[in-house]
Amino acid sequence: MNGFLTLFYKEVLRFWKVGFQTVAAPVLTSLLYLLIFSHVLEKHVQVYEGVTYTSFLVPGLVMMSVLQNAFANSSSSLIQSKVTGNIIFVLLPPISYRQFFTAYVLASIVRGFAVGFGMLLATLWFVDLSWQAPHWIVVFALLGGAIMGALGVIAGIWAEKFDQLAGFQNFIIMPLTFLSGVFYSIHSLPPFWQQVSHFNPIFYMIDGFRYGFFGVSDVSPLLSLGVVTTCFVALTAFTLWLLRVGYKLRT
Amino acid sequence: MNPAIRIEGVTKRYGSVQALAGIDLEIAHGEFFGLLGPNGAGKTTLISALAGLVRPDAGRLAVMGHDVISDYRAARQLLGVVPQELVFDPFFTVREALEIQSGYFGIRNNAAWIDEILENLDLTSKADTNMRQLSGGMKRRVLVALALVHRPPVIVLDEPTAGVDVELRQGLWHFVRRLNRDGHTIVLTTHYLEEAESLCGRIAMLKHGSIVALDTTANLLRRLSGHTLRLRLAEGAKLPDFLSARIAGESGNEYTFSLGSCEEIEDILHSLRGSGCRLEDIEVGKPDLEEVFIRVMHEK
Ligand SMILES: Nc1ncnc2c1ncn2[C@@H]1O[C@H](COP(=O)(O)OP(=O)(O)OP(=O)(O)O)[C@@H](O)[C@H]1O
Ligand SMILES: [Mg+2]
Repeated sequence: MNGFLTLFYKEVLRFWKVGFQTVAAPVLTSLLYLLIFSHVLEKHVQVYEGVTYTSFLVPGLVMMSVLQNAFANSSSSLIQSKVTGNIIFVLLPPISYRQFFTAYVLASIVRGFAVGFGMLLATLWFVDLSWQAPHWIVVFALLGGAIMGALGVIAGIWAEKFDQLAGFQNFIIMPLTFLSGVFYSIHSLPPFWQQVSHFNPIFYMIDGFRYGFFGVSDVSPLLSLGVVTTCFVALTAFTLWLLRVGYKLRT
Repeated sequence: MNPAIRIEGVTKRYGSVQALAGIDLEIAHGEFFGLLGPNGAGKTTLISALAGLVRPDAGRLAVMGHDVISDYRAARQLLGVVPQELVFDPFFTVREALEIQSGYFGIRNNAAWIDEILENLDLTSKADTNMRQLSGGMKRRVLVALALVHRPPVIVLDEPTAGVDVELRQGLWHFVRRLNRDGHTIVLTTHYLEEAESLCGRIAMLKHGSIVALDTTANLLRRLSGHTLRLRLAEGAKLPDFLSARIAGESGNEYTFSLGSCEEIEDILHSLRGSGCRLEDIEVGKPDLEEVFIRVMHEK
C-alpha cells in the first residue's frame, strides 16, 4: 500500500472506529432539526410550487450535514494529532504534501457522505423527494465536501488549541452554513440580506444541491457550479501552498 | 560515496534563543555516533532539522546524499527517527500502529519484520494491546519499533532509553548494536554517558547550538580524561610540598591527581613513602566520558 492510501485509510478508520459519535450523532441532530422545523413550518411556508416545506428542507439539511462533518473530520483529526504530538508519525514518512492534502480531504468527503447518506436514508420513508437531476446532487456534494475538508485542513493546521478551532467553527463555519438558505429560500429575505447571501459560497453549494432534487433553484445551477468550482480551486491552491511551505507543521 | 549524514552550516533561531549556531558535521556509513550535550544544547533541534520537522534558517542537511528539503521523499525513506517526546496514537493497538506506519513508507505485508522487531524489543505480548494501555517504557519501545518498520539505513535515536528499565535497556542496545553490525548507521543522543561511552565510536558534544568537541570516543577519553589517583591521608599526615603542585582536586585530607600515564602512580607512591606520609585509602579511577563531558562543557 502506498503512503497516500494508508493515510486515507487511517483517516477513515479513525472516524469509523468512533462512528457512533462521528456519524450516528450528527444524523440524529439533523433529524431533530427536520422534525422540529417541518412540524412548526409545514403549514406556513411553501418555497417552490408543488414542493412541501419538509421536502424542501431535507436536501438542505443533508448538504449541511455533509459540509459540517467534512469540516469536522479533517480539522479535528489534525488538531488532535498536533496537540497529542502524534502528527509526527505522518510528518516523518515520505508522504508528499499533495498526498497529505488529498488523503485528508478524501477522508473528510467520506465522513460527510456517510452522515449525509445516513440522513437521506432515515428520511426516505416519510418524506417525498424527487430526483430530477442526480448528477448535480453528486457533483455539489463532492465539491462541497472537498471545500469543507480543505477548510478543515487549514483550520486544523492553523489552530494551536481546541478553543481556537471551536472559534473557527462557531464564528465562521456555523454562520455561513445557517445563513445559506438551508431553512428558507433567500428570496424570502429582505433585499439587503439577499445580496449578502450571494457572497456566501455555501449558499451556492446548497442551492445547486437542491436543484438536483427539484429541478428548481434560486440561481442557475451553472452559476452555482462556477462559484463552487472557483472556491474549490482557490482553496486547494491555498492549502497546498500552506502544506508545501510547512506552515505551522514544519517550523 | 555520500556520507550517511551531511550537515553544512545549519543555523536555527527561536526568538532570542540560538538553538543551532552553525553546525557542520559528517557521519559516515556504518558509524555508531553519539550526539551529547546538556539540556537545551540543540540536539533535538538538529535531529528535527534532519527529519524535516524543523526548517533551518540557513545551511543544508542531507541523508545519504539526498537533501532533506529539495529531495525530501528520498531522504525520509532512508531515515528512521525515534522522537524524544513520548507520543502515540490512542486509536490503535501496537500492531495496527506498526502496520499503518509501514504503509506510510509504502510497505505492505510487513508482518514478518514487524514480528521480529516486536520480539527484539520484548513487545510481542503487547502486540494487540491498545497504545493507551502501555506503560511509559513500553510506549518508548514502540517508538523505537515505529522508527524501524521501513528498515532505514540511517537510524536516529533521541534519548531512546529515558524511562526504560535496566534489563530492557540492555535488550534494546543489543538490538541496536546488531542493526549497526548489519550496516545501519546509528546516531544516538542520551544523558547516560556510560551508555554513550560503551556504544559510540565517535562523539560530538553540543553546547549552546555549537559543536564544542568532535572526535572518536577513544581519542576524547585519552585527550580529556585519564587515570586518576585518589588518596586519603591518615590523620595528621601532611602531603609533601613537591606533590602539592600536582593536585587536581582536594577535600579535607583527600587529594586527587590526574595522571598522564599509569606509571606515574609508582612515582607518587614512591615519593610519599620516602617522605613518611601514611595513607588511609587509595583509589585508582579509569578515564571516563563523564569527566570529558564536564571538562568540555566548562571550557570556553
Ligand atoms: N519550538 C520551539 N520554540 C522555541 N524554542 C525552542 C523550540 N524548540 C526548541 N527550542 C529551544 O531551542 C533550544 C534547543 O532545544 P533542543 O530541544 O534542541 O535541546 P536538546 O539538546 O534536545 O535538549 P534536551 O537534552 O533537554 O532534550 C532550547 O533553548 C529550547 O528552549
Ligand atoms: Mg532533546
